[in-house]
Amino acid sequence: MMALFDILASAGLWAAVLRIATPLIFGTLGAVLCERSGVLNLGIEGIMTFGAMVGWLTVYNGADLWTGMLVAALAGAVFGLMHALLSVTLGLSQHVTGLGITLFASSLSYFLFRLNVPLASTPPTIVPFKPVSIPGLSDLPFFGQAIFTQTMPTYLAILTAIVMSYVIFRMPLGLAIRMTGENPHAAEAQGINPVRIRYSAIMAGSALMGMGGAFLTLSAFNSFFPTMVQGRGWICIALVVFASWRPGRALLGALLFAFFDAFQLRLQPVLGDRVPYQIFLMIPYILSIAALALVARRAKVPQALMQAYRRGER
Amino acid sequence: MRLERRAHRPLFLVLVSPLIAVAAALAIAGILIAMAGAPVLEAYWRIVTGAFGTRLAATETFTRATPLILTGLAAAVAFRARVWNIGAEGQFYVGAITVAALGSSTLAALPGPLLIPTLFAAGALAGMLLMLLPLWLRLRFSVDEVVTSLLLNFVAVLFVSLLVEGVLKDPLAFGWPQSLPVSERALLPKLIMRSRLHIGLAVAVAAAIIVHLLQSRTVFGLRTRAAGLSPAGAAFAGVPLGLTLVKVACLSGGLAGLAGAIEVMGVKGYVTTDLSPGYGYSGIIVAMLANLHPVGVIAAAVFTAAMFVGADGMSRALGIPTYIADVIVSLSLLTMLVALFFTQYRIRR
Repeated sequence: MMALFDILASAGLWAAVLRIATPLIFGTLGAVLCERSGVLNLGIEGIMTFGAMVGWLTVYNGADLWTGMLVAALAGAVFGLMHALLSVTLGLSQHVTGLGITLFASSLSYFLFRLNVPLASTPPTIVPFKPVSIPGLSDLPFFGQAIFTQTMPTYLAILTAIVMSYVIFRMPLGLAIRMTGENPHAAEAQGINPVRIRYSAIMAGSALMGMGGAFLTLSAFNSFFPTMVQGRGWICIALVVFASWRPGRALLGALLFAFFDAFQLRLQPVLGDRVPYQIFLMIPYILSIAALALVARRAKVPQALMQAYRRGER
Repeated sequence: MRLERRAHRPLFLVLVSPLIAVAAALAIAGILIAMAGAPVLEAYWRIVTGAFGTRLAATETFTRATPLILTGLAAAVAFRARVWNIGAEGQFYVGAITVAALGSSTLAALPGPLLIPTLFAAGALAGMLLMLLPLWLRLRFSVDEVVTSLLLNFVAVLFVSLLVEGVLKDPLAFGWPQSLPVSERALLPKLIMRSRLHIGLAVAVAAAIIVHLLQSRTVFGLRTRAAGLSPAGAAFAGVPLGLTLVKVACLSGGLAGLAGAIEVMGVKGYVTTDLSPGYGYSGIIVAMLANLHPVGVIAAAVFTAAMFVGADGMSRALGIPTYIADVIVSLSLLTMLVALFFTQYRIRR
């Protein structure tokens, strides 16, 4: 019992929560944006992998960290464009195209990585983002240190959630995106171009996914290795449902999820001799499945999600 | 310029679409090979000879194709009914570990002709059970099975890792996390002597033919297609939708579990957490390249296996990362989707 309390009372836990949550926040927000416009983007896992690779490679080749982030975002947008071509223009099954993009983007990442960085016993590293203390706030007792001493991309992720929430619920653009996701025919009758909205939403969403991946190699770690995304993309897809397609709740969902993850990491050494570590590693995946089962019935799914839109065709 | 639906789907186009798709994928991947500074045509020629050039290479390709046929079938039967089973990787692993657990236990004392079918059934059953969970969640809570079956892959591999480092750990493996070996009597006979090719290939081909007959000749097959094309229409026509989907999930998960069982009994003899180089995920590509046709799955699996086996030798000779094989097959999936689209639509001005 005391051990549990010690874990909860350690500032390290709360700092880790934000660190673990950041790629999930980016990824979930990206997926929310795509799905709000009516397109499921299962390319997320591959796009995050590619973002992690290309962001790292850019910095490794001498560019600065923010250029790495930008390149990862642009690469994400390119894969988003590909997904949009297949799922919007051609109206193909969003499940299959998304999986195809994931398989292609991850194998391309591994190929390009190996081409540029030959196999070595210790993978080369870069100097990652440094934590930035927010003056004033970080001096607050206990939580101040933990929460307000993060790297810049973490603050950016939280800011993105707030901005996206405002755009989706308070701006005409957000209304257009939501309408396209609910009923593209009605949206078109209102003078909205559903195809253009979907293309933009998928590309912008995929750019965020790329940045989520890049956070892994540019801030959380300092090197890239295959399979490092570890299903985070799929967890984001589950978090979207859990968040009921709302950016604010996506932020909360990602934080809650990261809390459990950070907690189990610290619980491992305490219970390590009695419980095999694999059980702890399973928790995030099982938690996501449980969360889905819990909320799926009540989920307010965008009504046109996964439905192709062809003008004049129903 | 606009897209117009074709009145008829020309059979000729459907049949050549995989060839066009593969050609397009090879052309795009060729750009990557050229960027890497290697001669493109020589690279492809080396892949072909690396996959089929010698007796050893060819048997290796077919050994590699065996699990791919089964995981490809697993995806094909599921996708046809719009059951998105992306969990073949996990089902493969639970099938494999079940066989390792039973095949190294006292059960291995069963007489030979009984032992091998029992282990096949056990592996398939394990895969089935793992697929039933996502399907149950879909039917009961309307949870999209794509995400749940995918997430279960990670759980399954961790579960296998737990067993091979725990109760099933081989004490004679010099500390490596690998399972106890299955009894020698559970190992599959070779199909060709002095090679790794085993009778699992025959089992996989038989499975493809059985699935084809099931789909084309039985009520179950008709119901599967109906459930996939239009669930509402199928229900209206009196198709027991839930039951049909359960059967499809069992068949799909069972085939993936069987793939794992056969890989253990035919090739390795024991389980490690790197038993599968992504057979479950490649199965999706195989199924799509075959346009979900069970017999086409065989050809698509051989193509995919040839890429992986051939790329190994090519990579060593020309210094191109072996991941080029993954790039080629995943690109083929995307180009195949486009090719199939144009069997249904045409471009009009």
